[in-house]
Amino acid sequence: MSTTEHAAKVVLGGTRGGPDVATLRTDRWWLQPVITVSVLTAFIIYATWSAFNPHNYFYEPGSLISPLYSPCLSSSCVAGAKFGAFTVSHWALSPAFLILIFPLGFRMTCYYYRRSYYRAFWWSPPACAVSDKHESYSGETRFPLLMQNAHRYFFYAGLVFNALLTYDAIRAFDLPGSGFGVTVGTVVLCVNATLLWLYSLSCHACRHLCGGNLKSFSKAPIRFRLWKFVTPLNAKHMNFAWASLVFVALTDVYVRLVASGAITNYHIF
Amino acid sequence: MTDVTLRVWRGDASGGDFENYTTTQNEGEVVLDLIHRIQATEAPDLACRWNCKAGKCGSCAAEINGKPRLMCMTRMDQLPEGPVTVTPMKTFPIIRDLVTDVSFNYRMAEKVPALLPPPMPEGGYRMFQEDVERGQEFRKCIECFMCQDVCHVIRDHEDNKLNYAGPRFFIRYAELEMHPLDTNDRRDFIREDAGLGYCNITKCCTEVCPEGIHITDNAIIPLKERVVDAHYDPVAWLGRKIRRKTKVSTAAAAVQPAP
Repeated sequence: MSTTEHAAKVVLGGTRGGPDVATLRTDRWWLQPVITVSVLTAFIIYATWSAFNPHNYFYEPGSLISPLYSPCLSSSCVAGAKFGAFTVSHWALSPAFLILIFPLGFRMTCYYYRRSYYRAFWWSPPACAVSDKHESYSGETRFPLLMQNAHRYFFYAGLVFNALLTYDAIRAFDLPGSGFGVTVGTVVLCVNATLLWLYSLSCHACRHLCGGNLKSFSKAPIRFRLWKFVTPLNAKHMNFAWASLVFVALTDVYVRLVASGAITNYHIF
Repeated sequence: MTDVTLRVWRGDASGGDFENYTTTQNEGEVVLDLIHRIQATEAPDLACRWNCKAGKCGSCAAEINGKPRLMCMTRMDQLPEGPVTVTPMKTFPIIRDLVTDVSFNYRMAEKVPALLPPPMPEGGYRMFQEDVERGQEFRKCIECFMCQDVCHVIRDHEDNKLNYAGPRFFIRYAELEMHPLDTNDRRDFIREDAGLGYCNITKCCTEVCPEGIHITDNAIIPLKERVVDAHYDPVAWLGRKIRRKTKVSTAAAAVQPAP
C-alpha cells in the first residue's frame, strides 16, 4: 500500500472539543518564557557590547584573556593576546567578530536552545497546550530553519574552541616573576573551560556521534561505553547550557575589570 | 470530605459548552472518581472513556485545567484551589463530551514500515542485553495519545496531520531504527513521509508523557541526527561511500512487509 493511499485516509476537519481559547491553563506557564527572554536578551546585549568594545579583553601580567576574544586572530589584537603567528590583516572590526560566529552558531543550533527560543521568542508554542501564534507552520523543513541540521559542524568547531580556551586557562597558571601560581583569574578561566567542555560533551550531537547512531551496541563495545559516559551528561544539558552561557559573560566581566584596573587579580597561592 | 466544582465540557460535533457540577471530594480521590460520581448522581449521559483506572490503558486522557493528563492519575488534592476544568483532547475531533476520535493515530500506525530481520541464522536470532534494554523505554508507551494531543504541529495546524506522524510514532520509529535485527532503513521515510522536520523539539510531548518516556531526547533527537547522517552530513556520506555501504531504498523500506 502506498503512502499516498495512507495519507488519503487521514480525514481533516471535524469539530474540536473545548472552548475556542488560546489556553485553559491556570498555572504560571508564562514564567519560563519570561525568564528565557530575560536571560538570553541580557546575554545578547552584553555580548554585543563587549564585541564592539575591543578594549581590556586581555590582562598581560596574569595572561588572562576574555573567552569572547580567544583566539585573538586579528592583527589589531594587543600584544600577548595574539594567537600564535597567524593573524588576519586589514580587519577593521573588533577581533571578536572573527570568531563569535562559531560559538554563536553552536548555541543557536543547539537542541536545548532551540526548544527555549522557539518557545520564548517565536511563541511556537509559548508553552505546552498554549496555542502558537502563527497562521501556518512548516517547522524545520525549509530554509532557514533547515540549517539547524548543521549543528554537528558547530559542535566540531566548539570542540576546537574548548581546546583553545583550555590552553588559555593553563597559560594563566604561568605567572610573571613567580612562575607557576594560581590567581582568582586562573580559577575563573578554568571553571569557564570546564563548563564549556561539559556543555559540549552533553550535546545531543555528541551523544549521537559517540554511539547513538549504532544499530547494535553489542557490536561496538567501546562506542557503547562512550555513549554510556555522555548519556548522564546529556540529561543535564540544559543546566550546562545555562551555566556555561552565564559564566562566559562573567569571565569576560572579570577579565575586563582586572585589565582596566578596577579590581585586583588576587593570588591564591 | 469537601465540595468541589468541576467545569466539564459537554457537547458533540454540533457544539458544546461548559457545565458546572458541584460534587463531593474524598481524600485521595482522582479526577476520574469525581467524573464517575457526577455520572452516578447528576449526569448519567456524561460520556468519557476509561478502563484500567491505574494509568496503564491510556483511555481516560483528557485536558485538566488546560493540560493533557490521565484523569485516573490526577489527584484532586494536587490541583490548585478553585473549579477544576475538564475538557476533551483538543487535537482530535470530538465525538461526545470527553470522548474524541483518535483514529488519526491508527492511520499513522499503519504507515510504519515493519521490522525486517535478516534470514534466520543457524541457532536462531541472538540479542545482547544492552540492545534489548535500549528499546525497553519505548515499549512502555500506553498509547494515551497525550503527546499527540499536546504537539502544536497538529494541535494548532491541522493541515499538518497529512504529513506528520507525531511523537508517539517517532518513538516507534526510533525503536525500530535502534533494533539490532532490523535491516530496513527508514531515514528517508521518516524525513519525507513521517515529517520529522516539522518537530521543533519543544519537548511538550516529554512533559506530558505519563510513562516518563524521554520522547524528545531518546527518540526524536536521535532520529533527527540519523536523518542528518543520511542527508546533511557530507562526512558521513563519504564514510558510507568508502565503506561501500548502501541503504535500502526509501520506497522499498516503506512497503517492506512484516516477516
